[in-house]
Parts: sequence; structure tokens; C-alpha cells
Amino acid sequence: MTAGPLTSAQDTVARAVATPEHRQPYAELGLTGAEYGRIREVLGRRPTDAELAIYGGMWSEHCSYKSSRVHLRQFAEKAPPSAALLAGIGQQAGVVDIGQGYAVTFKIESHNHPSYVEPHQGAATGVGGIVRDILAMGARPVAVMDALRFGPADAPDTRRVLPGVVAGISFYGNCLGLPNIGGELAFDPCYAGNPLVNALCVGVMRHGDLKQAAATGLGNQVVLFGSRTGPDGIGGASVLASASFGIQKNAEDSGESAKRPSVQVGDPFMEKLLVECCLELYAGGLVAAIQDLGAAGISCATTELAAAGAGGMRVSLDTVPVRDASLGPPAILMSESQERMMAVVEPRHVEDFLAVCAKWGVQATVIGEVTGTGRLQMTWHGELIVDMPPGSAADDGPVYHRPLARAASQDELAGDDPSALPWPASGAELRADLLRLLASPGLADKSWVTEQYDRYVRGNTVLAMPEDAGLLRIDEQTGLGVALAIDGNGRYCRLDPYAGTQLALAEAYRNVAATGARPLAVTNCLNFGSPEDPGVMWQFAEAVRGLADGCAVLGVPVTGGNVSFYNQTGGTAIHPTPVVGVLGVHDDVRRRVSIGFAADGAGVVLLGRTSLELGGSAWAHVTHGHLGGRPPRADLEAERALAAVLVAAASDGLLAAAHDLSEGGLAIALAESCLRGGLGCRVTLPGDPFTWLFSESAARAVVAVRPGSDETFATLAAEHGVPAHVLGAVGGDSLVVDGCFGIPLAELATAHTGTLPALFG
Amino acid sequence: MTARVGVVTFPGSLDDADAARAVILAGGQPVPLWHGERNLHGVDAVILPGGFSYGDYLRCGAIARFAPVMAALVPAVAAGLPVLGICNGFQILCEAHLLPGALTRNRGLHFVCRDVRLRVENSSTPWTSGYCGGQEITVPLKSGEGAYVTDPATLAELEARGQVVARYADFPAPNGSQANVAGICDESGRVVGLMPHPEHAVEALTGPGRDGLGFFASVISALAVA
Repeated sequence: MTAGPLTSAQDTVARAVATPEHRQPYAELGLTGAEYGRIREVLGRRPTDAELAIYGGMWSEHCSYKSSRVHLRQFAEKAPPSAALLAGIGQQAGVVDIGQGYAVTFKIESHNHPSYVEPHQGAATGVGGIVRDILAMGARPVAVMDALRFGPADAPDTRRVLPGVVAGISFYGNCLGLPNIGGELAFDPCYAGNPLVNALCVGVMRHGDLKQAAATGLGNQVVLFGSRTGPDGIGGASVLASASFGIQKNAEDSGESAKRPSVQVGDPFMEKLLVECCLELYAGGLVAAIQDLGAAGISCATTELAAAGAGGMRVSLDTVPVRDASLGPPAILMSESQERMMAVVEPRHVEDFLAVCAKWGVQATVIGEVTGTGRLQMTWHGELIVDMPPGSAADDGPVYHRPLARAASQDELAGDDPSALPWPASGAELRADLLRLLASPGLADKSWVTEQYDRYVRGNTVLAMPEDAGLLRIDEQTGLGVALAIDGNGRYCRLDPYAGTQLALAEAYRNVAATGARPLAVTNCLNFGSPEDPGVMWQFAEAVRGLADGCAVLGVPVTGGNVSFYNQTGGTAIHPTPVVGVLGVHDDVRRRVSIGFAADGAGVVLLGRTSLELGGSAWAHVTHGHLGGRPPRADLEAERALAAVLVAAASDGLLAAAHDLSEGGLAIALAESCLRGGLGCRVTLPGDPFTWLFSESAARAVVAVRPGSDETFATLAAEHGVPAHVLGAVGGDSLVVDGCFGIPLAELATAHTGTLPALFG
Repeated sequence: MTARVGVVTFPGSLDDADAARAVILAGGQPVPLWHGERNLHGVDAVILPGGFSYGDYLRCGAIARFAPVMAALVPAVAAGLPVLGICNGFQILCEAHLLPGALTRNRGLHFVCRDVRLRVENSSTPWTSGYCGGQEITVPLKSGEGAYVTDPATLAELEARGQVVARYADFPAPNGSQANVAGICDESGRVVGLMPHPEHAVEALTGPGRDGLGFFASVISALAVA
């Protein structure tokens, strides 16, 4: 099926020249009057409907980063020197050298809004989209992770959204054959009307396999391959497209628009074929350049490929295979149908290229070629409908310096210190609070979710949930591997977006180090409310500044990321929620360290400084529904020292277990380590039990030191200036805090594992 | 002679690389077989791996049974070729009527990925001869449609003839499988279908242990004797 002939409703360049006063629905495409004026200026005439569709998509917040760009520059400007970075910001995903000739590419993307509208498909296609990003870099995708945030766990709508999102990720990721190795699950009323679904993908390649996304080489052919283009997801990147904009179910009907879902529909089987097909194309040297089709579909792929090349590109848009013959040029350009890729292929390779696609049952069509005009031109049955400088859409979109202002409520919030809340005093009260936290939805056992994901496929998963980080083996001979963790904390960021973002970075960094991996690089997904709200924009600016500064201290560059604005319901924004992903390299995954207490007699040691820091803590949230005060201090030098100890100790085989301290503090970390490893522990706290159990001071981890290694480990910690408190030893079948309480493992397990099944069935 | 064990790749097969790795770790030589070829390349045994062949959009395994490679496999099975179908491979064997019964949606309707304990009930098949009868092993289960179902008469026959090769050791089965059936074989014992994934339990580093290696080692030693 190909698209129908030009009808009188369709707009050509000639007609645009002849009808300068023709009114165009730019506002419905999310463009302002000023932006529309600029398009006319660039083109020297009014845009055609097709060109307007391209600009509408490419100049959307999602594609152009128009509100965030001025801030995101800091990631490059403040980036610490790193020899590991092979490709950085601006590529589809950053590429990191991990040694032995291997490179790894990783990135997070949000699919928040679609997942609220249609949880299953929204989440599924979120996975699909990020996987194609990684594939387009030349890498084999090898694992996924996801960070999920929902409204209150017991809210009726959460029972609609959460199971759908989990089933969507399960459906897509499992069918695609990618292990899901970790992530986050959090609940807060601020996400009730605006869940966050952030998906990460990591891929592996050899150094020489890195692919470019630039249409170069005069006469090279442009091939669209994968699924046919349908009317799904039209205007996903901008706004719902106008019904008066030629997106009609039937060109002949009386103008009744087809109200199709703006959420795309995923076909993971096609994506699996596309992955294997692309990898065979790469191996055969048949691809000169490649780009995935995501937001803004063909608009984005053609403008970005053409803009990155030196020449230009000519596309016969009517040759695009479609699922619906009534689709006109604007709809074809805006469609976000999934499982599509666009490649630039030398003419001598086209036959072989198409043969590989045929082998995998992947439809492939030559739709255009690289020209020397410097312009992106598209025809529709021979008539010119697009003639524009591609960079004007891809690179030179609007850039806004949005007004920003620290909201007055920040001070009120900061003044509402949680240390004024009633504390648990007796051992019985401390015990009850521990169990209450352990059973709270945000800290409860996540098996209800993670058992729906395949973590085994491909046979290289060394650590997965509920470990601190996912750990993958990359080379079976040498044991080289990579660790990945993603973390965020909306409560900390609400209190202080600068410190909160650094705490998210620090937690992911610490989680990676806890497995024994050296942190190397950072990606992020910045989830915020409306950039048009100065208070939100201040939060965003602070978060970006915090992350850039934090990365500079830790010596890990930001390799790429994603911004999701407009996460709000009415005038109420979500907590600022930057989600930070850290990738580390593990020299030998056989020396990985688990969180589980499984070595009887191992010494339990707490690393780092503990002080009374309860602002934004799980304890204040769960036991008092309180959010106020200051978040814990982010001490990145201390994080760096702690990570150095953890990595060296793992490498020297000193550790039987290591677990980072984060939400719920030492209390939750000890409980999780006992449950994971199946052994209890007995500890004596050095000071006030409440502070030591529930404070969330950063830069801390609890480790189990192998019997006989205590002195060596103590020396190592001292060398790095990391305080090490010997608390006790692993053993028995209870978690015992001397002088306070003891809790049998069975009781811990009951509290921990019952919550999510009771809520979600 | 090293045993040559074919591993079929259908469009949508996912655990083919894992099955091949398991064959290597067991001392055999994996031979990739392509769904579109009516040719088994002279292999000594065949594994149909896990995954979602053709997306399993119709019914799991329903399209794969018509693949050209199956046209070569069916007569080879009749001639004595040992075949192990894992997960989707089990579903394909049922759809191809090489094994009786069917795999249906899990009780609870969710995909389940979990380490499960299995009891090897029949250790006389070429795929299980390395185990002791009644031996308990731990391997991952990961499937959405893994509940084995058949009619009571067939189940009684399977039980009577010792064709239930493996059972979930814990009751009830995580997927609601009838009689806790995790794997069955045909009357010859050479065709085995297994819902859990022994190929994901061949290295302590990446699985719950090495309990699954026995399936692959069994067939390789059976072939060496034959």
C-alpha cells in the first residue's frame, strides 16, 4: 500500500508561494506566532503543510530542547576530562570506552505522558524507542532498566496505571529478548496524575562499530525500513494535530476526522527483527549512516540526517509504505509509528542491504537520496512539497531563556524541619518503625514487578534486582563487565533541587561502586513540570547546575540525556525528579559483590559519617507523611573516597557483601541485606539508635567483611579517609540491634514481601 | 567425535545464544539452524530454544510449526533424532503434535520469571540420563504461557508411561500447571519439552547454579554411547 495521489487538499511549494495569506494551524501544532513568523523568514515564504508539520515536530519542546538547551550546555562546559568518552552529547546516545576494544552506549528516555493515557502501550513503546536509539549507534542492545513513579500505591488510578505499565514493559522487553536488570519503583501523591516512566537501554559494540547519523556521499540512497507508517502517534512530539490539517480518515469523507490514539502501538517482534537485521547490516558494512525513528518520525530522521551531512537530501514521500492509503504528507511526516529506521546506503550496497532485510522479513524501501543542494526536498507524486534548509529544523530551533524564580514556598519548606517530629524512643517503637518502613510501598519487596521481567535472557546477567546495580558480563573470557544504576529522589529535589540532584547522582554512583565497578559516565532523564512556570524553571536550572557540578567533582562526564517537561496536573507540578544513570566498568565480574548477607561470621562495617539528617527521608514520609527541612548534605568528595574503598575492597576480595545506604538508612539496608542473603546479623550502634538507624546521611554503605580480612579492610578505609564503624557480625536468623530489638528474618520477610501483592494482586 | 547439537533460530527466538552456550559448556558443538531452511545439516540432536517465535501473536508456537525447518525435523524425529524444546520450543513441539497437550496462560495471568525447584521424574531420556530419578534441581522459569494442560486420559497415560519428565517441586506450580508438570517426553523419550530454562542454569555466575547443565551433558553422553 502506498499513499494516494495528490488531492486538492494537499499543499505544494508552488501553492505556498502563490497563496502567502493562506491561514495555517501553527498554534494547533504547538508553535507560537513568533515561531511561525521565523519559519516564514527562514523559507522566504509561508511553509507548506508538510513543512509546517516538520517544524512543528522539530521545534517542539521534546525535540528542540528549546527551554532546556541554555542550561544543558553546562554538561559539556563543566565536563571533567575523560579519556573514556568516544561520543558525547549531541549524538543519539553517549559512547564510552570500557577497554579491551569494547565500547558501551547507554541512555534513558521518558515516556511519561503516553504511559498515563495508555499505560500498556505507552510503557511498551518507551522501551522500544530507547532500544532503537542504542541500536542506531551501531551497538547491540544488551539490557534495559526502568525507573517508575506513580501516585499513592493505594489510589484507584494507580491500580490502573501501574499494572499496565509493568505489563507493557514486560511484554515489550521480554519479547525483544533484553534482560531487565534493575530500576526504581516509587510512589508519591505528586505523581498521581503524572506517572513517570523512564526507560534505560545499554548496548555494546567494538570501537570501530560506532555509526554516524549523517547523510553524506552524493548519490547515496536513503532507505526506510521496518514497520509501515501508520496514523498512530501523530503529533506525539508536539501536540494533538489539528483535524483540519489533512489528517482525515478518508480523503473523500466529509471532513470527519479520525480520532486515533496519539499513543503509538508497539510490535516488539518487529523490533527484534529490526535489531538482528541492523546488526547483520552493520557486520556486512552495508550502512553508511543510520538513524532511528522516534519522536517526530520521518521529520526528525530526514532533517537530522540531512543537517548532519554536508549536502542535502531528496525524498519521494509518496514511496513511504503506509498502513493507511489516506495518509497525506503531514501525517506521514508526523507519524510516530514504531519499529522504523532510516539508513543511508551506498548505491553499490543497496541490493545486498535489501537482501539482508528480506532475510529477516523486514520491509525496506528506497525513498530518496543524498544530493548536493544543501536542502531537504520532498516530493509527493512528483510535486515539490518540502524545500528547506534541514538545519533550520534540526539544529537552529528556537532557544528560550525562560524566566526563573525561586518560589517563596522553598523557604517555608526548608524551615519545616523533621527533627521536630516525634521520634520512636523505645526499642519496641524503633522495631515497629523499621517494619513499617520495610513494608511501605516504596521500600517493599519489588518482586511483584520484577518477576514479570526476564532477567536471564542472553545469559550475561551477573546481578539484577534487588541488587544495588545491574551487572552484565561483556566478555566471557576476561570477565569484563559493566554495572548500571539509576536513581532519583523527588522528595530531596523538592526540598533542594541542586543538592537533591547531586544526591541522585551520588546514589547511582555509590550503587555502581558497591558491586565493585568503577563509575565511568552519567546519563540522565530530567522530569519536571511546565518550563513556563518560573518556579519550575528555577528547579530545573538548579538541578542541571547540581548535576554538572557534581559530575565535575566525581570525574564522570554526562554523555547524554533526556528532558521531560510539562509533568503536571493543572497548575500542580510533580516534584522535580531528575533520574540519574551511572555506568561503571567491572574489570572482572567474577569478583562482583552482592548486597546479601550470606557469609556467616563476616564483620558488619558501616562506612561513612552519620549525622541526624531526616529532611525528605523515608522515615518522615512513611511515619509522618512529612516533607520538609533540608535534604542530607551531598558530600561528593566523600562519595568519591567511599567508592574508591568499595572498588578496591571488591577487587582484593575483602568483601562478602556491600549495600549502599539510601532511603530508610541503615535500618532498611541491614534488613535488605539479611533478606537477600538469608542470614541475620547482630549489630551494636555507636550512638543514638534512632539517628543511626533512620538518618539518611549520604556517602555511606554497609559491608560484610570476609573473616580474616578485617584489619586489611580497616587499613584500606583509613587510607582513603573513610570512617569505618565495626557494628557486629553476620549470622543467625534474626536482625538484632543490641539493646533495642531483634526481628526474626521470617517476620522481616512477611513485612517486606506482602505489600505489593496485596495491592496489585 | 564431538556431538553436533543444532539450535534452531526462528524469527523471534531469544534464547538461541544461551542454548548454544550451554551446549559448549557441556562439551558439545552447537550448530545454528535457520527456520527458513529445510535442512538439519546432519546434526545429532536439536534444541528448539525459548523466545517468541513470529511474535507468538497467534498462539505460542502455532506459526513456527509450519516453518520449513520443522518439515525436516518431523521425519528426523521419527528416525530417532533427540529433540529438546525449551519454553517456546516446548510450545512448538505441542503445536507440531510431537508432544501431547498445550501450554496456556499462567494462573495469575502475569509473565513469571523466577528460580524454581524441579524434580526430575524420568532420568531415562537422552536429555535427562545424567540426573538421578527424583533429583531436585533449581532452574529459572520465565514465561507467560507456561501452564501445561491436557485431557485427563492423556495425563493418566503420561503418568503411567513415565512421560512426565520433570515436575515443579513446590505446590502449587507457579503457573498453575496441571499435575505440576514442568516437562514431558514422547513415548520414545527422545523428544522432550520443558517449560523452565536449563540453559540459564549452566554457570554459577549468571544463573541460580549449574543444575541445568545436566540436560545438555546428558544428550552429549547419550550420543557418545549410541
